[in-house]
Amino acid sequence: MGGSSSLLPQEALGEYQELTFLNKQEILLAAPAPGLPRALPHGGAVVFASSSAYKRFSELLPREQRENACSVRVPKSQILTLPELRANPFQHRICHVFSTSEDGDDSMSFEDFLDMLSVFSDAATSDIKSRYAFRIFDFDDDGVLDGKDLEKLVNCLTGQGEEARLSSIEMEQLIRNVLEESDIDKDGTINLSEFQHVISRSPDFVSSFKIVL
Amino acid sequence: MAVLELSLLMHVKLFSKDLALINDNTVLRFLGKNGSDVNNEKDSAAENQENGRGADKERKRAKPRTRRGHARGRARHGGEEDGDDEDGTRRAGQRRQRNRRGRGRAGGNEGSDSEGDPTKARKNQANQKSKEDDEQEEDEKGGKSGKGKNEKKQDKKADKKGTKEKANKKKKDKKKSGSGSDSDSEEEPITEEELAKLKEEVEEKKKLIATLRNKPWKMKKKLSVLKEAQLFVEKFEGALGKGKGKKFYAYKVMMTKKWMKFQRDFENFKTACIPWEMKIKEIESHFGSSVASYFIFLRWMYGINMILFGLTFGLVMVPEALMGKPYGSLPRKTVPRAEEATAMNFATLWDFSGFAQYSVLFYGYYNNQRTIGWLKFRMPLSYFLVGVGTIGYSFMIVIRTMARNANEEGGGDDTSFNFSWKMFTSWDYLIGNPETADNKFASITTSFKEAIVEEQESRKEENIHLTRFLRVLANFLALCTLAGSGYLIFFVVRRSQKFALEGLENYGWWERNEVNMVMSLLGMFCPTLFDVISSLENYHPRIALRWQLGRIFALFLGNLYTFIIALMDEINLKLEEEKIVKYNMTIWEASLYNGTIPENSTAPPIQVDPADVPRGPCWETMVGQEFVRLTVSDTMTTYITILIGDFLRAVFVRFFNYCWCWDLEYGFPSYSEFDISGNVLGLIFNQGMIWMGSFYAPCLPAINVFRLHTSMYLQCWAVMCCNVPQERVFKASRSNNFYMAMLLFILFLSTLPAVYTIVSIPPSFDCGPFSGKTRMFEVISETLEHDFPSWFGKVFGYASNPGLILPFILLMVLSIYYLNATSKSYKEANLELKKKLQTSRRKQKKK
Repeated sequence: MGGSSSLLPQEALGEYQELTFLNKQEILLAAPAPGLPRALPHGGAVVFASSSAYKRFSELLPREQRENACSVRVPKSQILTLPELRANPFQHRICHVFSTSEDGDDSMSFEDFLDMLSVFSDAATSDIKSRYAFRIFDFDDDGVLDGKDLEKLVNCLTGQGEEARLSSIEMEQLIRNVLEESDIDKDGTINLSEFQHVISRSPDFVSSFKIVL
Repeated sequence: MAVLELSLLMHVKLFSKDLALINDNTVLRFLGKNGSDVNNEKDSAAENQENGRGADKERKRAKPRTRRGHARGRARHGGEEDGDDEDGTRRAGQRRQRNRRGRGRAGGNEGSDSEGDPTKARKNQANQKSKEDDEQEEDEKGGKSGKGKNEKKQDKKADKKGTKEKANKKKKDKKKSGSGSDSDSEEEPITEEELAKLKEEVEEKKKLIATLRNKPWKMKKKLSVLKEAQLFVEKFEGALGKGKGKKFYAYKVMMTKKWMKFQRDFENFKTACIPWEMKIKEIESHFGSSVASYFIFLRWMYGINMILFGLTFGLVMVPEALMGKPYGSLPRKTVPRAEEATAMNFATLWDFSGFAQYSVLFYGYYNNQRTIGWLKFRMPLSYFLVGVGTIGYSFMIVIRTMARNANEEGGGDDTSFNFSWKMFTSWDYLIGNPETADNKFASITTSFKEAIVEEQESRKEENIHLTRFLRVLANFLALCTLAGSGYLIFFVVRRSQKFALEGLENYGWWERNEVNMVMSLLGMFCPTLFDVISSLENYHPRIALRWQLGRIFALFLGNLYTFIIALMDEINLKLEEEKIVKYNMTIWEASLYNGTIPENSTAPPIQVDPADVPRGPCWETMVGQEFVRLTVSDTMTTYITILIGDFLRAVFVRFFNYCWCWDLEYGFPSYSEFDISGNVLGLIFNQGMIWMGSFYAPCLPAINVFRLHTSMYLQCWAVMCCNVPQERVFKASRSNNFYMAMLLFILFLSTLPAVYTIVSIPPSFDCGPFSGKTRMFEVISETLEHDFPSWFGKVFGYASNPGLILPFILLMVLSIYYLNATSKSYKEANLELKKKLQTSRRKQKKK
């Protein structure tokens, strides 16, 4: 596991460790040069490497771009091929929230990707997780969760099937109940602090709001 | 005592939780945002929290002066750009500027900051940039509902006005402090005050670096802030130690750096050492977090058992094997003549008798010599302490884990956010398998619908008499099953004693293994029966699950305790037998010397082979053997159930589906689901048996480690190859502490009989490390007498005086009461705050 063979520069790796909740293995200091894992016989080292963010990220890139994986952006369609995101109903929102792309195509750079994994990692605090969860659920990006956001959220959670959808009466009831519980200052929307208040009481938010590659 | 401590611990936890509740930034922040009564204190507290520096807070409270100075500094610069309190770095940066000004220009020409050295100017630019970034991001967030932002601004303005005056005053102070006479150059000696300030800043930067990952910023911004902070720290760290303490300071800084690096490396190393991480992750993505939680629990159990194994193996078994008297030197270390012929047969060894019985694996083999070998290893003491340590360690680790879980849960039993939790936290982001995702969608939809229906029909109750009747009937049936299984076990154990008395050789395999088989079979079939019974009750699935768990728990517990009671019976029988043997021994010894009492009776008769010496029944070894057999047969049944119930069923369904009249995969047999609760309970009870039996069979932890190791692989394989994701996907952590509480309960219950036997039953006279003593714990007083100075024994005697212990217990009870009362009052205060908030909001709306 010579760090020198990694494509990520040493200091960048240290900085990434400082800035994210990921550890060395996860960011992958130990990344063998791309192409090397395939040359190796199947062994522990390869399995080990496959769990790292860097490797996963460079796998999403076309082969010719792998050499400079740190500087290119991966289009959204490629990001969504990750199994954890493919099955996730909030895939588009997640891409949107973590992308820093200026043209609004939700493509991700390596740093965005690391940001995402850091937030979804085991070690991340409940505070930061809930902040990002709030942004993910805030479908119209207006800083508060209103009735429309909640409706979209419910539709995401109940899946695509038509028969699975809740009827409009049920939906109304549900949203009313949620607002009744969470909207502490009774202004008809849920803001970030109210959201965090609710989330911080939840027993299983932190354990379920995580993605492991 | 242990119980008391336990409850005390839990209360402490509760207390701290409530403290966190009251400190909770949310409430404070709500108040701040409402702007009805903003004052500096509250604002700063809220802001403090927002920066995510909980630890920082204490320090700042302790030194309000610096805190305020801080605010002033910000206020002064606040005129240039609208401050954003989320940005922690800027504050430090500004303070630096202020500092420099104070040092450099007495007059304080504020405009010409950038005249200083170029690096600083650059840094300032970077600072400015990061600020702008931050604002941009704020704007991106969508104006934050204009209203809210306006309020914020107003608050800030009020804040500024208040602080500006103070800031002016502070400036004057600075002039007075003497540093104003310095020139522009950097090399000027720094005064103590400046040094302290600089030091504080460096500390702050360092803290910023440490907490940077907690900030919800984009990576680019975090990177720039980090680089800037690092530059700052590097630059000024060296300057700090000017004067006498420089070398020491530099050394300290270097050591902290090294230490940090080491810690990080060690952390990386630790994560690399966690076994089965990939396996569990794979399962997580296929089955969601609930199934994976079982495997994590299994791994945790494995870790504990490794430590127990290390204790018994390293401190009891190995010393005895290396330094104790060898096999065949004593009667207790030799297979008796009658058993010699069959001692090496596989069937005998499999039954843990024969050579296995007379080895380090069991209690009876150990000798009662006070010290063994050239190390003067105190074997009996070590044996006793390891037994106590095993239990103590288990208690400690279980309670610690429970406390940690409780902390993480943050008051999970609060049901006031039922709907919100369903909406915001029900998706399991770990799911990466489309099939599981589909199941999850379905289960979320049904849970929504159920919740709505429940809400609507909470008042309406139909056919209450029928449901009541059915529930009573179901409970009656369950009780019958429990009683029946208890009686069956009692009956079987009694019968096995009869067999044992008549000699096992005359009976077949079934008679010999009847007890274990019956217990395993009951454990296998009764839960299914309970499942059928619970369908009568028509409970909500979650409540039904709880009932089911409770019943299985009662079943296992009942079985275990009947088993123990039967064992106690047997122990009493053996004790009777021992008396007779003891009497016979004297006759036998007398006959050995032809009725003449030898002159030097201390010399042992050398001519008699140890195998021929008559010996007592040694009930301790018998108990150990029973537990080992039970563990082994339990393991076997589990594995066979997996192979038949999961694997063969899956094979059948898979391959016969081509030529069958109905769809096997979605129809009747289908594939099996992974039964989390049953498996967890099985694991817990298995652990209970280990705790109970390991005092009498030091090999038990080793066997259990082996069992857990193999079952990790076997069950991982079985889950991945022949189980399907559950239709109702439960989430794991809700019941996490529930299982831990069960484990604790079992631990307590399993220590009871072990402690009882240790304290109140005399050890066998001719086997084990405590032979010859009237009680096992006498080894402690013996050690105190021989190996410690006499004053120590006296102190110990005083300390164990009831006059001291009783007040201590009283104190503990009182403190529990006190903590309980305070936690209650905190909860009330919290409610009060919430109410206040709502009323103030309502008032605002009316306006």
